[in-house]
Amino acid sequence: MNFYSTRTTDHDTGRDPGDTDLSTSSATSSATANEAFSREDHGLAKPLGSSVRHEHWPHVPAEPIAVIECDDVDIYYGDFRAVSAVTMAYGFNEITALIGPSGCGKSTVLRSLNRMNDLIPGARVTGKISYHGDDMYGPEVDAIEVRRRIGMVFQKPNPFPKSIYANIAYGPKVTGMRVSNMDDVVEEALTRAALWDEVKDKLKESAYGLSGGQQQRLCIARTIAVKPEVILMDEPCSALDPIATQRIEDLMSELRQDYTIIIVTHNMQQAARVADRTAFFTAKPSEDTGDRTGLLVEYDVTSKMFSNPSDKRTEDYISGRFG
Amino acid sequence: MALLGLAGALSVVITVGIVVALLLPALDFFREVNVWDFLSGTRWAPRFSNPDFGVLPLITGTLWTTALALLVAVPVGLGAAIYLAEYASPRVRKVFKPALEVLAGIPSVVYGYFALAFVAPVLLEKIMRIELGTFSVLAAGLVLGIMIIPTVASLSEDALSAVPQALRQGSLALGANRMRTTLRVVFPAAISGIAASIVLGLSRAVGETMIVALAAGNQARMVDGATQDGQTMTGFIAQTATGESTPGTLGYNTLFAVGLLLFTVTLLINMISIRLVRRFREAY
Repeated sequence: MNFYSTRTTDHDTGRDPGDTDLSTSSATSSATANEAFSREDHGLAKPLGSSVRHEHWPHVPAEPIAVIECDDVDIYYGDFRAVSAVTMAYGFNEITALIGPSGCGKSTVLRSLNRMNDLIPGARVTGKISYHGDDMYGPEVDAIEVRRRIGMVFQKPNPFPKSIYANIAYGPKVTGMRVSNMDDVVEEALTRAALWDEVKDKLKESAYGLSGGQQQRLCIARTIAVKPEVILMDEPCSALDPIATQRIEDLMSELRQDYTIIIVTHNMQQAARVADRTAFFTAKPSEDTGDRTGLLVEYDVTSKMFSNPSDKRTEDYISGRFG
Repeated sequence: MALLGLAGALSVVITVGIVVALLLPALDFFREVNVWDFLSGTRWAPRFSNPDFGVLPLITGTLWTTALALLVAVPVGLGAAIYLAEYASPRVRKVFKPALEVLAGIPSVVYGYFALAFVAPVLLEKIMRIELGTFSVLAAGLVLGIMIIPTVASLSEDALSAVPQALRQGSLALGANRMRTTLRVVFPAAISGIAASIVLGLSRAVGETMIVALAAGNQARMVDGATQDGQTMTGFIAQTATGESTPGTLGYNTLFAVGLLLFTVTLLINMISIRLVRRFREAY
């Protein structure tokens, strides 16, 4: 097995149309497993894949191959401008970390990327956020469909008060996915979230009997089960102990082969460990209103951000001089 | 402290007192009338010269009015609760909830008169063209249902609102729409509170007196259709208690026998529902 075959999913050739059926999920080679988990059955306009080759893999390309792009994005809560003028692109099958001090708007930015902000009364976005080039906030776009393709894992594990099995099966059921065998879907999602071995004998038990770290992996598995292309993670480890945190980080590194991951973290070491690219946000009082508005200071390949940042504020934050 | 303890003790003492006061005359009654005859007899004529003490007619009366009431109150009450908790804007909620609570504050005698003077003759007979006498379990049941809507709606709304926002977000983030989120995540998570609201409504419907006394009729008979009139357990008690029953007589003790039955039924409903809720709830 080489990196190219696992990292590249060919959507245009070499695929049997029937292959999208979930029963193929018990594939043996990882390349086929990736195909079974490809995003083609979403009917995406033109997913990245066929033309994408990371020549420098495992090195990160200088410019991200954009799945999601923010173009001069401002986010408001009512009259309050929480975030101002964010322009950045999130790279295909990369892990992008958003870091910065509290109140810098990084979680706000993250929630705008799958329209979870819609649920907050008064929240609105100006500028353009596009997904594969299409305006995510366009009038004909269904926010439900956006969230199906761009999943989210929250700060505090929030499994449903149902069985472990029902937690995973919920997404495929309510989104109307055609599933030939739900047991397979559940097993595969749990396996991919590195939880299967721990829970396979108690699938019918309540998810609330699991530890915090297990619950968070269950939430990741639940997200994977609906086959998103992007997974947003809002400080997924902040409620977990160091060992559980490490398991999630390992899991993220594995998932990155098939998913674009965007993570908000308070933990700089975590960003340095897992992220391909890191964006540093900070908050500054705006001249006109005095409100503290978040803005993007610097966005670059993680290794450069942490070794040789171009902006003084980034350097100060990373070296622990503020925030 | 002592005063508060006294207040707490008082409520217990009163409850025990009620049970004892209910039990003693009822026991006297069952010394003269066989329990089985009482529970299975289909003719209720306690004050005739050759009396019959079959309580089934009263039970069918109560069953009909209660069932009709639930048929109205559960869908409307739950619908209102879901709307208020999940869909209504804060401004709408601010108007709606107090309005519901006003509905809860209307004296039941007003409801009874409303059933008798408007629902039966105008709404059911003139508008819906259903043939009715002056009294019917249909009119009484419908109005009884309207009366318990606030109970069901208000408590269910509290239960739905108490479900953590994180669960809704988790569901929406998977690409579920709001209706599915409500029905498959929020509703099951709130089921114990919702069931409690329905049981409370049910108990109120079983125990409600004025509406059925005014609108259902006062002829105890086996009711086998919604358009018939009939007497309920509470209706009988109200009617008879106002009469000139002499304490210690069989006619007087009859009241307590029916009262005890009513008490037992309500208690059973409560116990069964607690069991059911434990069995099906999804605790968050």
